[in-house]
Amino acid sequence: MDFELQEEQRLLRETARDFAAREVAPKAAELDKTGRWPSEILAKMAELGLMGVAVPLEYGGAGMDALSYALAMEEVSTACASCGVIMSVNNSLFCDPLAKFGTEDQKKRVLTPVARGEKLGCFGLTEPMSGSDAQTMVTSAEKSRGGWVISGAKNWITNGPHADWILVFAVTDRSGPRLKHTAFLVERGTPGYTQNAPDHKLGIHAAHSCTVFFEKCEVPDENVLGAVGDGFKVAMATLDGGRIGIACQAIGIARAALERSVAYAKERKSFGVPIAQHQAIQFMLADMATQVDAARLLAWRAAKLKDKGVRHTTESSIAKLYASEMATRVTHKAIQIHGGYGYSTEFPVERHYRDARITEIYEGTSEIQRMVIAGSLLK
Amino acid sequence: MDLELNETQTLIQKTARDFATRIVAPQAAELDATERFPRETMRALAELGLMAINVPPELGGAGAGAVAYALAMQEIARGCASTAVMMSVTNMVGEAITRFGTEEQKRRHCPKLASGEYAVGSFALSEPDAGSDPGAMRTTAQRDGDGWVLDGAKQWITGGSYAGVFIVWARTSPPEAGARGVSCFLVEGGANGLRVGRPEDKLGIRASNTVPLEFDRCRVPADALLGQENGGFKIAMMALDGGRIGISSQALGIARAALAASVGYAKERRAFGVPIASHQAIQWKLADMQTHVDAAHLLSMRAAWLKDHQAPFTREASMAKLFASEAAIRVCNDAVQIFGGYGYTREMPVERHLRDARVTAIYEGTSEIQRMVIARSVLGS
Repeated sequence: MDFELQEEQRLLRETARDFAAREVAPKAAELDKTGRWPSEILAKMAELGLMGVAVPLEYGGAGMDALSYALAMEEVSTACASCGVIMSVNNSLFCDPLAKFGTEDQKKRVLTPVARGEKLGCFGLTEPMSGSDAQTMVTSAEKSRGGWVISGAKNWITNGPHADWILVFAVTDRSGPRLKHTAFLVERGTPGYTQNAPDHKLGIHAAHSCTVFFEKCEVPDENVLGAVGDGFKVAMATLDGGRIGIACQAIGIARAALERSVAYAKERKSFGVPIAQHQAIQFMLADMATQVDAARLLAWRAAKLKDKGVRHTTESSIAKLYASEMATRVTHKAIQIHGGYGYSTEFPVERHYRDARITEIYEGTSEIQRMVIAGSLLK
Repeated sequence: MDLELNETQTLIQKTARDFATRIVAPQAAELDATERFPRETMRALAELGLMAINVPPELGGAGAGAVAYALAMQEIARGCASTAVMMSVTNMVGEAITRFGTEEQKRRHCPKLASGEYAVGSFALSEPDAGSDPGAMRTTAQRDGDGWVLDGAKQWITGGSYAGVFIVWARTSPPEAGARGVSCFLVEGGANGLRVGRPEDKLGIRASNTVPLEFDRCRVPADALLGQENGGFKIAMMALDGGRIGISSQALGIARAALAASVGYAKERRAFGVPIASHQAIQWKLADMQTHVDAAHLLSMRAAWLKDHQAPFTREASMAKLFASEAAIRVCNDAVQIFGGYGYTREMPVERHLRDARVTAIYEGTSEIQRMVIARSVLGS
């Protein structure tokens, strides 16, 4: 047993922490207010290797492991949850499945520029009437000569308005008792592939998402990722990793809220003493710190299993479930500690609260995570 | 970062697991009902090396470390929480003597704790009016010739009726000295002037003997002093840091037992034509129970690992203890709910688990004390 990080992991964490504090945190409030896409931050993240942390060096990545990725995700998300999720989608939901299921050609042609951060990726699974239950998917792809013709719509596609590539899932076989899906790589600009205007959301304002449309959008055979009919497997394996990323995003948001609360509690006075001296406040801080630590250990455990090549579906779900609900609780308490100021946009905790809420919804709602965990317990 | 266990840890875990399944669990309901002290089980635990896991081999212990200890505690507590807490206190006493004792004190007591010659060791810190705040302690030790005379009362002393040796805290300076005026003494079971009171009638851990002690001109020799004069508070705090890993492991063991029973029951019991495991209301509870057990386990392992590496672990032990004890209560409460009416009866084990779990948020520092410790560290004060 060992709870220590390796030298390389510590270094990456420091680099990411330093970068987040210097370049990201000062802009987070403005990004939230304006909903501006943080191009300049993403360019710097690319330089630091943060857009393809766990992708091998030969395919443009930083060549590190899943735990390193988890550490970097927490740091970036502590500063700005929007930047965190843009990074997470590019790393977990695009690069990771390409590195795992891609052909040599796909890795050179598509993965390498995305892992370098020269291009941006996104992930199209969810539909207007089909979220966590892929058996109700409407988007379909018909075989053509030398390729496939995709028709349908996908929504809540984070990075969608800017992404150069989308990894999209479509039904390719409706003959059996269960639908069979296939994963396709579609490049922006392909005829028939269009993007709607960005969605208006409660939080993560700078992480643009939108609905995307496929109208008789034809892609060549070499853009099929994995085997035809294996799309569900590709999606599920991808989400096992993605959920670690979102857990770390939630941990980052919660940590930011905790750190702000500690600082505020030492400054703000009531009844003649800093509120940090009141047990009511101390106990909230103690619970927040304990829960942040618990969530981090769960996320690290899942990441470590991923690095060992061990199946980690349940552990990822446990980490994502706990971390996301923890983040909502912790940011809620942070507002309480800040009182009226916590409710105003003058202080960052109201942003943390709004940003935290999404982590219980995307990449599998809390309800889906509980289904996964219960399923493994009852097998 | 790596969560894999080494060979010793795996072996101790397996030894404890087998013993818990074979011997401890089958007798737990009877022990709870009769409040019988499981003397033979305590001896068997000693023979397996589980009464002095973190005491070095030259003193008769297993020398296997805090992680191994935490794993073993979980397993024994899964079988019987009462047995586990007496194992926990005995281990804590052995460790404190190993750490702070003179060569002679170590040689006199540690091998007997390890071998089971002492049925248990006891830790006498709490008093009727001083629990988590030892600065308010009233028991005194006065110098008398080359020895000491102890007077006062202690409360909630686990294993006190059967202890071969007690670690007793007493004031050796005027009350103004607060926690800095407290010393630690080794008092042997049956010492003159030590009266062991009637066992408490408790909500749970009913087979774990809990007694008040009275010291009435109890004379101990000079070499009964453990550690430095007026240095007792430090010993208490260090012992409790380790003890909290033990209690978090006990809580985890209880929670695991309740979860396993619930999973088994949910697959068998039917409602609305299907096993209740098919209803999301039940699935959700099970998922939350597992999630909290896992989080508590990782917090405990982290604290134990830090202890094994001689790194500071006060904050981490408090987090583990706070989280695991409160998780155990929630998990056991959900388990009773899953069992419905049966869960409320003695026919099923979960009502015992719920009663047993409740104490883990109280002893070796209440949840409130743990939150104070954590807040102090978070606030850097």
